[in-house]
Amino acid sequence: MGAQRTVYMDHSATTYVRKEVVEAMAPYHAENFGNPSSIYRIARESRRAIDSARAEVAKALGADPDEIYFTSGGSESDNWAIKGVAFANRKKGNHIITSAIEHHAVLHTCEYLEKEGFTVTYLPVDQYGLVSPADLEKAITDKTILISVMYANNEIGTIEPIAELGAIARMHKVPFHTDAVQAIGNIPIDVKAQNIDLLSLSAHKFYGPKGVGALYVRKGMKIDNLIHGGGQERRHRAGTENIAGIVGLGKAIALATADIEGHNRRIRALRDRLLTGILKTIPHARLNGHPEKRLPGNINVSFEFVEGESILLWLDDEGICASTGSACTSGSLEPSHVLLATGLPVEISHGSLRLTLGSVNTDADVDFVLEVLPKVVSRLREMSPLYKGGKEGGCNVQ
Amino acid sequence: MYSEKVMEHFRNPRNVGEIENADGIGEVGNPVCGDIMNIYLKIEKNVITDAKFKTFGCGAAIASSSMATELVKGKTLEEAWEVSNKAVAEALEGLPPIKMHCSVLAEEGIHKAINDYRKKQGLEPWVEKNPHSHEHDEGTCQQ
Repeated sequence: MGAQRTVYMDHSATTYVRKEVVEAMAPYHAENFGNPSSIYRIARESRRAIDSARAEVAKALGADPDEIYFTSGGSESDNWAIKGVAFANRKKGNHIITSAIEHHAVLHTCEYLEKEGFTVTYLPVDQYGLVSPADLEKAITDKTILISVMYANNEIGTIEPIAELGAIARMHKVPFHTDAVQAIGNIPIDVKAQNIDLLSLSAHKFYGPKGVGALYVRKGMKIDNLIHGGGQERRHRAGTENIAGIVGLGKAIALATADIEGHNRRIRALRDRLLTGILKTIPHARLNGHPEKRLPGNINVSFEFVEGESILLWLDDEGICASTGSACTSGSLEPSHVLLATGLPVEISHGSLRLTLGSVNTDADVDFVLEVLPKVVSRLREMSPLYKGGKEGGCNVQ
Repeated sequence: MYSEKVMEHFRNPRNVGEIENADGIGEVGNPVCGDIMNIYLKIEKNVITDAKFKTFGCGAAIASSSMATELVKGKTLEEAWEVSNKAVAEALEGLPPIKMHCSVLAEEGIHKAINDYRKKQGLEPWVEKNPHSHEHDEGTCQQ
């Protein structure tokens, strides 16, 4: 209401589309709109644009272009990787290993497969959200046909030891999938060196358009199709290609991976200043996730005695866009499964706030949040029956 | 997602605080579920002369506390007992379905505070006409 400015700190939810990406996409709406499956000139131009985007994605991952398949986004890529490998290898076994903190696109797909007769091991995580390679190794049986562990967590930003997990999977000859939706542009990825067999990505997390993503499938993998129909994507993913989207994805991934170090340095500096400021000015606040092994723009903090949605509503009034792991915004009554998996008490999980910084953020944004947030938390604490002026431990009043 | 009225009461909640030596106190909710409401009533000659609240919860929980305390002020205990969760939600120009339990919590908080007063007076507590099994009738968050 009447916000003077907008401070966008929800880059893990989605990003704006970079100007260069919008420009690259522009010709593929009204001019070069041809169906790449057709034979005439404008169609050939569409085909060429898709091939060139495919090469960009391959380059960003250290893969071959014919190992890249375009999809409608991260959720489709996750569904395809997991269902596709599970169903194709059903005769070999029915055991899948994943982690307790995956995105719902992975978790709900695994739950669906459990109904279809598969068994799933959900690896626990430590207090920082890290999966243990030793736990993975112990969980593998001769029936294990797929391991899926996310590259970096979307809520708490924890970066998993993917290369190590991949090496274990490779040693046991089990296909290894990683949901890298949050990692692209933040972490250098090399699918060959990191023993990754399948990788999901989504353009709108790295300044590309929504509704387009990709799945990397290492050559020789046994995987069923998810979308049946025409012969697009070398007969593996039917549906007329989203040409403009694919072009946007190609451009965005090239830009996002051109200077990961430089991007990280700038974002991390802003993030660290914001985090330090929050922890210094707001008592009874704690950082969720790993102190170092975390995405450069991610802050996830819990404020005791207050509830996350209330914080978000006040921040929104001031023009600050953020998110929370509280139940009250998710349409369910359970707080974030990720925070709970790290062992954070339920009542404290309700008071979590996620701020994810990205390209648009400036020092002035950090100053503004540091000016507003302490006031918001203190105002809510004043009306909280759990808050006794910080004299008591607080949450376990009942 | 919220009506203007909800946002107005969230931004400027009425009656925040505690009443010292309150005549009736109602504590409802559960921090595990993400909402706790404490209602404090000052009662003189069977009339609620002041009502205050302290709430840990979402926007709807805070707005419901604010509206419920407004609605019962100046009412006799009999009248205040009749202030239903629906009345609270209607006065707030509606709540999203998933947030209706916040208005239920407010009704329960008022009832509990009234009965706290009655017990202190040596009176029989009133019985809930439409008992809510617990304030969270969906999901797994139970008392």
